[in-house]
Formats: sequence, structure tokens, C-alpha cells
Amino acid sequence: MTINNINTIPKKTDFEKIRADFPLLQRDMNGKPIVFLDSGASSQKPQQVIDAMNDYYAHQHANVHRGVYQLSQEATDAFEKGRRIAQQFINAPSEKEVLFVRGTTEGINLVASSYGRKFLKEGDEVLISAMEHHSNIVPWQMACEQAGANLKVIPINDAGELVMEEFDKLLNEKTKIVAVNHVSNALGTINPIEEIIEKAHAIGVPVLVDGAQSIPHMNVDVQALDVDFYTFSGHKVFGPTGIGILYGKEKWLNAMPPYHGGGEMIETVTFEKTTYNELPHKFEAGTPDIAGVVGLGAALEYVQAIGHEAIQLHEHELLEYATQELQQIEGIRIIGTAKNKASVISFLLDGTHPYDVGTILDKLGIAVRTGHHCTQPLMNRFGIPGTVRASLAFYNNTEDIDRLVEGVKRAKRMLL
Amino acid sequence: MSINEIQDEIIEEFDFFDDWMERYEYIIDLGKKLPLIDDSMKTEERLIKGCQSQVWLHAAQEDGKINFTADSDAVITKGIIALLVRVLSGQPAKEIAESELYFIDKIGLKEHLSLTRSNGLVSMVKQMKRYGIALSSQD
Repeated sequence: MTINNINTIPKKTDFEKIRADFPLLQRDMNGKPIVFLDSGASSQKPQQVIDAMNDYYAHQHANVHRGVYQLSQEATDAFEKGRRIAQQFINAPSEKEVLFVRGTTEGINLVASSYGRKFLKEGDEVLISAMEHHSNIVPWQMACEQAGANLKVIPINDAGELVMEEFDKLLNEKTKIVAVNHVSNALGTINPIEEIIEKAHAIGVPVLVDGAQSIPHMNVDVQALDVDFYTFSGHKVFGPTGIGILYGKEKWLNAMPPYHGGGEMIETVTFEKTTYNELPHKFEAGTPDIAGVVGLGAALEYVQAIGHEAIQLHEHELLEYATQELQQIEGIRIIGTAKNKASVISFLLDGTHPYDVGTILDKLGIAVRTGHHCTQPLMNRFGIPGTVRASLAFYNNTEDIDRLVEGVKRAKRMLL
Repeated sequence: MSINEIQDEIIEEFDFFDDWMERYEYIIDLGKKLPLIDDSMKTEERLIKGCQSQVWLHAAQEDGKINFTADSDAVITKGIIALLVRVLSGQPAKEIAESELYFIDKIGLKEHLSLTRSNGLVSMVKQMKRYGIALSSQD
């Protein structure tokens, strides 16, 4: 199946045909057809993305924004086309506001460092939540330490939802930025970022949203959200590793100092003084990951061609099915039971350790994530060492869920 | 028995198993059975933190030999610990320091001792050898 004819499929999208676009899903693991349920860590790539990157290296590669020759111009066009695709994908108002970064982690670090240096002062507060990934905790701790500011944490309830009354209390005139994830990687909770943004803006506080886990699953419109910063990774949205997007409002990006220094980000350099390039280049020092941008563009076009509506419907059905089937197993405890959830199921099996369950599932050809999911404070909140996490993508099907459920039953028989 | 003799004995035992299921059932059994360490020994300084599971290791010396006791919160990790303790515990310090643990690979469990698993076992083996080196250099 090619991207072009996905659009022509009427009504019910044929996800089995889409699955066939992913060569990795055809392989075995431990002698069994692979059941890949770790897309929350990193998703697989469709042939279209692999081809786009190969084609770029085979026919178009040169450094960008520099050469006077035709090839360099072609490479620059391919690179900037990737930026336009990303801009349209999140409905950013301007290309200037779409920065290429290595991934969500770098996107957050960029804002924490540059925004922090400019706007964080002693006694100020940064507000995050109890369900953040370490990458949306540690950069802020570093920024706070530098400025003498304090990190404040929005608590969660037992279902894994933000306690919004507490958010209201924590948000105050000392708050200089709010940084939360759109979807929790460990629990699947979809956070009410619209409400958070509205309330923060009411007192003039900008909001950064970690979109690593939302972008593969739902439509994101940064203008409708009126979000100040939104960042995500290419590799979780069926693109290559090492590339991601940081969207930032122009007024903030202009006010912030550069993150890295080097080539590309300068206007003029003398040993006395350097003046910086315009947006977005001011934040893109050095030769970028050009092939990565091309691959990311192909991935976003691929997702767009399937359509968010079809993806959400399919994943929601799978999530419901998986939740219902897993709950039939006695001793299963699902961690993260928010009303509003993306296709992530974290669970524990009474009397077993996640590592043991994951090891047996691996032997059965089933790839899940086990452990603390880089959310140690969250695991502490629930008083557990970690969970077994199945995270779904649109290429999964009910057969994958059936194999998972059978696998968990088998693990239970072996371990208990 | 020497370290290598015990390793060969374990390899022979595992030869009886037909598939991964039987191997793991045996390891799980070992993990369940053995009270490997006294609960009072499960202290912070004996803890080896893995990303996935945790390991407690205690070493005691006696006449140039080292006795190990250890435990883990995950039963498969604990089963593998039981095998490692069987191979290394009670051996002369110098031999522990110089040992080459080939049995793990031979019995099809090498992935548990790879860095990607980070279950604490790699650090535990390193720690066991460090005790061996420390004690044998005192002689």
C-alpha cells in the first residue's frame, strides 16, 4: 500500500493492510511472530519512511543552507519541506516557530535552559506534575537550581488523574512556567491541557506541553490549544530516531537566548561580538539531521493520510478490548484508570515482579516494557517498583491482544 | 569442587531440559525455594540497584575463601543468583577474581547478564569479583 491510496479507502480503514507497510512486524522474536507492544518507547517505521531516507541519501544529500550548487539547494528544499509538513501537522502559524531538535528530551532541555536563563529568578516557581517523565523533571530541576527557583508538583489521584483543585492552588504569581505532559507515558492518562493553558494564561504564565505520547495518537492543533511550547519526538510517531520538533511561540523564542552556539545560528561573528540568526535558525546550531527531517516528514504525511479519526477509533477499540480481556485474569491490577486514556495499559500481576512477567512474555515473542518507565516519582506515588506496560499503535490488532493475554496467563502459571 | 567443575555440572543439568519453558521453570523454582539472605542483611549498602530488579549481596570471608549470600525482588533474577552463588560461594578469593563465568551463556541465559536488561546481575557479578580481588590482594 502506498500513502496515496490510503485516502481512497472508504469508511472503515483497513488496518491489516497498513500493518503490512511495517517490515519489522513481519519478523520473529524468540522463534515466534513478534507481537510489538512497546510503541510508547519507540514505534516501528513504515516502508515509506525507510524509502524516503534511503532515497535522500542516495540522490539528494549535501549540506543545507550553504552551498551555491544545485544539489545543496535540493537538499535544503527537502529539509525545509520537512519543516512545512511538521508545521501543518500541528497547525503552527509560522515555519519560524517550528524548530528541529533531537527529540522531546532536547526540546524540553532547550526551553528549560534558554527560557530559564532569561526568565527564572530566585524565589520563582516552575510547576510540573507528579506523572512527568524524568525528561520533564530533571531539566527543570537543573534550571531551578541555577536560578534559585523552586519546583512545584501538581499531585494526582489514585486513578492517575491530575488533581485540578491542587493545580489551582499551586498556580500563583511566583509561577514562571507550567510544564506538563499531554499523555502520561506510564499510565496513558490524557491530561486536561486546555484547562491548564487557559488558567495559566489568565495570570500570564506560559505552558510547555510534552507531546511525546500524544502526537502518535491524536490530532494536535497548537493554535487551538494556544500552547506556548509543544515538543515531540519523531521516533514515537513512526519516524526516525534522533529528530523531533519543538514548537514555540515567536514572542518567547525571540526573547530567549540561543541554546547552542555554532554555525548556522549566527548572523555575524567577530571575536568581540556575535549577532544571532533569525528564527528558526537561531536555535539550530550546526549541521542538522537532514535525513531525519526527511524521514520525519514522510512519517507525518503517512499518519495524516490514514487520518487521526480512524487511528483514534481503531486504538480506542483495541484499548477497550485489551483492558476488558486483561481484567478477566485474576490478580491483574491495572495502574492508571483515568476516564480519559490513550492506548497505554500498565499493569501488575499480584505476587509477581514486572521483570519476571516481561521475561516470560519475551520468550513468547511479545515485546512489552517493564520497569519504572523513567517515572520513578510516579511509581513511588503508587508504592510499586514498576509495571508491565503494553503500549499500542494503529498497527496492532486484536490478535496481538489475545497473544498478550495468553502470555500473561502463561506467566502467571509459571510464576505463581 | 572448583568453579569450573561446578559450572560444567550446571551445564550438564541444563542439558536435560528440552526447551526454554523447562529451563525457566527450574530457575523460577530455584528463585522461590532459596532463602538466600537474611532479611537483616537487606540494607542500603548491600543493595545493587538495577533499572528493572534489585539485588542484595553480602560477602563474608573465611580462611581466604568468600561466602556469598544474595537476594532479589524478582524471582527469575533470584534463580540466576542462586546459580551464581552456587558457582562462586565458598571459593578461594583469587579464583573468584580470575573466574570466567561461561555457564550463563551455555545454559541460554546470557541475555539476563547483558547491559540492556539492567536487572542488577551484571553489577552483582562485578561486585563479587571485586570482593575476590580485594581479598586476594591482601595475601
